[in-house]
Amino acid sequence: MNITEKILARASGRQKVSPDDVIFANVDKVMMHDVSGPGVIKVFDKLKKQGINVDKLWDPTKVWVAEDHFVPSPDKVSAENIVKLSNFTKNYGIEKHFKYGMGQYGICHTLSHEEALVLPGEVYVGGDSHTNTTGALGSFACGLGHTDVAYVLLNGKIWFKVPHALYFKLNGKLPEHVMAKDFILKIIGDISTEGGAYKTMQFGGSGINEMSVESRLTLCNMTTEAGAKNGIVEPDQKVVDYLTSRGASNISLVHGDDDAEYEKIYEYESSELEPVVAKPFSPENIVIVREAPSVELDKSYIGSCTGAKYEDLVAAATILKGRTVKIRTEILPASISIYKRAMENGLLKIFLDAGVTVGPPTCGACCGAHMGVLAKDEICISTTNRNFPGRMGHIDSQTYLSSPLVAAASAVTGKITDPRDLK
Amino acid sequence: MKGNVIKYERDNIDTDVIIPGQYLKVHDYAELALHAMEGLDPDFHSKVKEGDFILSGRNFGCGSSREHAPIALSHSGIKAVLALSFARIFYRNAVDGAFLLPIEIDFDAYSNISDGDELDIDIKTNEIKNLTKNKVYQMKPFSDIIGKIIESGGLFKYKPD
Repeated sequence: MNITEKILARASGRQKVSPDDVIFANVDKVMMHDVSGPGVIKVFDKLKKQGINVDKLWDPTKVWVAEDHFVPSPDKVSAENIVKLSNFTKNYGIEKHFKYGMGQYGICHTLSHEEALVLPGEVYVGGDSHTNTTGALGSFACGLGHTDVAYVLLNGKIWFKVPHALYFKLNGKLPEHVMAKDFILKIIGDISTEGGAYKTMQFGGSGINEMSVESRLTLCNMTTEAGAKNGIVEPDQKVVDYLTSRGASNISLVHGDDDAEYEKIYEYESSELEPVVAKPFSPENIVIVREAPSVELDKSYIGSCTGAKYEDLVAAATILKGRTVKIRTEILPASISIYKRAMENGLLKIFLDAGVTVGPPTCGACCGAHMGVLAKDEICISTTNRNFPGRMGHIDSQTYLSSPLVAAASAVTGKITDPRDLK
Repeated sequence: MKGNVIKYERDNIDTDVIIPGQYLKVHDYAELALHAMEGLDPDFHSKVKEGDFILSGRNFGCGSSREHAPIALSHSGIKAVLALSFARIFYRNAVDGAFLLPIEIDFDAYSNISDGDELDIDIKTNEIKNLTKNKVYQMKPFSDIIGKIIESGGLFKYKPD
């Protein structure tokens, strides 16, 4: 069995599982945020009307809640949702509620690793499609909707069809100017936005071993854009150290068997990879940066669960140090812990000196909701994960997806720019 | 189950066009229905009728996990989406929440059925009758657990064996 099958077998009390088996897996951790949370509360209200008992959760200690999509609240409806969420966590005894304006808070997927909320080998589900991110810790991490999260909150388990697995092998360490974002965009360009549908996307090889945990998080984060059920990397000492330094203990690693089976194996050479962008309006619309269209950009956005982890900010800072941005540029660290480190290590000064506006952690602009949406015909380069029509604002705006290095280099020139070509 | 088809001849209809991000804060089902398909077809709300079906290409519902998407369609009156394939979270949200039926069809049915055609769908026999064109197509049968959850009326009413 591969690592995903091993985790799902353990969680469903079976010796062995195979692709297409339908199982009920016991869940170790579950997450909801200020969009899926109120959706779950609505499901609870419907269940109550049907006479189903919703008085107690299966285990409130295994639940955490993030405020990330509509913070700071842009309007009354959003503010009411935060109040609803707070009442829910209070009533059901959920202690891990990361509140905007009260110390550590941030994008749910970022908290999952920054706060060591999920451990290797666990089954983790969340009310958000990018829950896949956390598979980089060697866990089975999968996004679900409101009804399914409500079911997990009450029953502690959920059904899955065991996925077929695709294995992406990366040989050799990534070159300095190429980031994990470039690699995963390249993969999505190769297999399409449906190429991983219902499947596991597993990453391995010497290039992955060399990668930081944060880079692996970027890979798994965007498996969602290929339609995957989960993304996963076999955990190693780097993962153990990363989680231990954030307070985790009792970490036990699950690994795939030597004779693990994969539906297909893809092999990539690091030395052949280049900085790329995904053109509007699909993450599979890939072109290498040096062949990208020569468009006048209006904005550069460095934010989100995909592209505002600490190492993403460090990458942006290496470009922005001593330079000035030519277009509207926003950097939003993905959590307060990352924000603080960026402050302590001088990154915020570099950004502010370059003319960047630094904002609080939020999903707002990434999903076109608030905090800097795009106007009609505006063109943005962004470290986020999706560039569907209207994703970041007006239906006639455009988004190019890129790595933080490319987004920062493009902020300096106002055009889509390969960091190697920056003077 | 009889209804008329609203056809979108394209692939990858994503959740951002089914219900744009600015409405994620909304949890009133009737209000969500007002904005269904707004990112692709601003006239959708005025033309959709109770019992209609949507017909589209590959990877319908890709993108976010927002259950707002099947909710907005369902509360607009859509009873089923017929597509060449579905993104996984949209598919399971539609089934587990009992909002609408996600029906997989083959390319022949997809290309033969036109906008406005009246269909009669029978999920017991897996037959789709095109009453307008007097043709019959086969839908892909639901897998075992999906069929049982649909029959039960959603995940909460389903009793695992």
